[in-house]
Amino acid sequence: MSNLLQTSSRYRRRKFVDRAMTVLAYACTMLAIVPLAWIIIYVIIKGLGAWDVQFFTQLPQLFGDGGGVRNGIVGTLEIVGLATLMGVPVGVMAGIYLAEYGDNRLGSLIRFMADTLTGVPSIVVGLFAFGVVVAATGGFSAFAGAVSLAILMIPVITRTTEEIVRLVPNSIREASLGLGVSRWKTIMRVVVPTALSGILTGVLLAVARVAGETAPLILTILGTNFPISRNLFNGPSTTLSLQIYQLGRQPSPQVVEVAWGAALLLVLMVLGISIAARLIFKGQGISARG
Amino acid sequence: MMDPKETTREHDLDRDQANEPEPRWREVNQRSPENHAAEADTELAMSVENLNMYYGSFKALQDVSMIIRRNKVTALIGPSGCGKSTFIRGLNRMHEIVPGARVEGKVLLEGENIYASEVDPVRVRRKVGMVFQKPNPFPTMSVYDNVIAGIRLGRKHKKSELDEIVEKTLRQAALWNEVKSKLKVGGTALSGGQQQRLCIARTLAIEPEVILMDEPASALDPVSTQKIEDAMEELKKRYTVVIVTHNMQQAARISDYTGFFYIENMGDPGKLWEFDETDKIFSSPSRKETEDYVTGRFG
Repeated sequence: MSNLLQTSSRYRRRKFVDRAMTVLAYACTMLAIVPLAWIIIYVIIKGLGAWDVQFFTQLPQLFGDGGGVRNGIVGTLEIVGLATLMGVPVGVMAGIYLAEYGDNRLGSLIRFMADTLTGVPSIVVGLFAFGVVVAATGGFSAFAGAVSLAILMIPVITRTTEEIVRLVPNSIREASLGLGVSRWKTIMRVVVPTALSGILTGVLLAVARVAGETAPLILTILGTNFPISRNLFNGPSTTLSLQIYQLGRQPSPQVVEVAWGAALLLVLMVLGISIAARLIFKGQGISARG
Repeated sequence: MMDPKETTREHDLDRDQANEPEPRWREVNQRSPENHAAEADTELAMSVENLNMYYGSFKALQDVSMIIRRNKVTALIGPSGCGKSTFIRGLNRMHEIVPGARVEGKVLLEGENIYASEVDPVRVRRKVGMVFQKPNPFPTMSVYDNVIAGIRLGRKHKKSELDEIVEKTLRQAALWNEVKSKLKVGGTALSGGQQQRLCIARTLAIEPEVILMDEPASALDPVSTQKIEDAMEELKKRYTVVIVTHNMQQAARISDYTGFFYIENMGDPGKLWEFDETDKIFSSPSRKETEDYVTGRFG
């Protein structure tokens, strides 16, 4: 019994290695967090100064004190909103199809194409939208921008929706079918509501990602320093991301400061959506984290 | 003594008693008026004729024929893997949900073959309800909503009707007193035994004619099991019950008729080895394997 209390040298070395690895793991975690923290802090420092009433209510000016990003805020909300309206139904329904009916050749084909589409560079998608929408309608528009963003959203939403719906236990489906409920009602009224929190999480994350896209918008909405037209299908538009690009290249430092302000606003919006996605739907049904 | 023909003789009890040249259940498929009348006052709720069940090319059950009597509890016992669960799922067309699963033979419900090509499986399942081994209440619904899920997902009803149905079925499932003050609580917040009784109430709400139970109490503690067995005593007054169980004492306690399934070698299809009144199966079974199983020599 007294042997237990004698600390052998092997044990002491093991303890040391254990502690060293723990320290190393923490250090690596810090290393991974540092860039994110640095960006956020840097953007806050550079951008907060630009936030004033003018910033939120005026149009950009390429001289003087830079003006504001009112049209960019409106444009971001409009274009991302329209893209969500177009992309979410398609993506969610495709995901449900793949999970419930998609164990066949058509399903494999759809899955393959969705995976491929996630890898297509966003500028290429923008060029596609340029050719199909802008050239066909004769002009830049918010709608064209929304189309390109929707194309980027759809494969992501499809795959996350499929994965979440697959996670719904089969016992639930059997319970519903066993009650004499038809297959489509089982899916729409039982399976999807059970998976809903996970599906919405996937949607919000796709929206957050697409809210910051710039390249496809260059070719589709053009950007403008004037108020954007009420008609989303006609007339150029602008978003915060595009304004960061266009204003940030200007020679005047005040204008660049406005670009930093826009960057801060955009980062906070995206962060806010991501955090909301994780918090709001925690613990209801199945979550994206399993 | 182990003559295969003896099996057929075992479940032609009706034939011997009615003294007809052909077993009555072979004729019920023809819907002539006298057969209708004859079938209406026979005691059978369902009958199975030469049922073979497959998963793809693998034959899980061979040539099963059986009568299920109305307002009685029929228990299905047998060692693991002999096809009891497969068989019971064949009675409400749940078997074919597995891709590649298929069936040969007939299953008659009130004289009509549920596997006829023009029959909608959804309608079959509304008449033949099922309670599963692991309780599976819908997680996004409250107790109240769970009970009426089967109806609500169908036609529309008034609120007062729904309240009545909820109370009635929860009473029949011996669960009303425990949940009447918490009907809005989530379905999964109940204990395992309560969840299973909730699933029973849910099945009762659609007013099936036959209730199938696939080892309903095997995942539960003895107290919950007792409550479910008590509920079954009440249920058989109104419904016909078929129950698969591993628990032989349970089969002996609650059932009126028992079918013993057996599988001779690994990989063989399961067969209905013996079918008789429960008392006979447990006191003086006709076949050796049945006797070995019920006395616990294997299984």
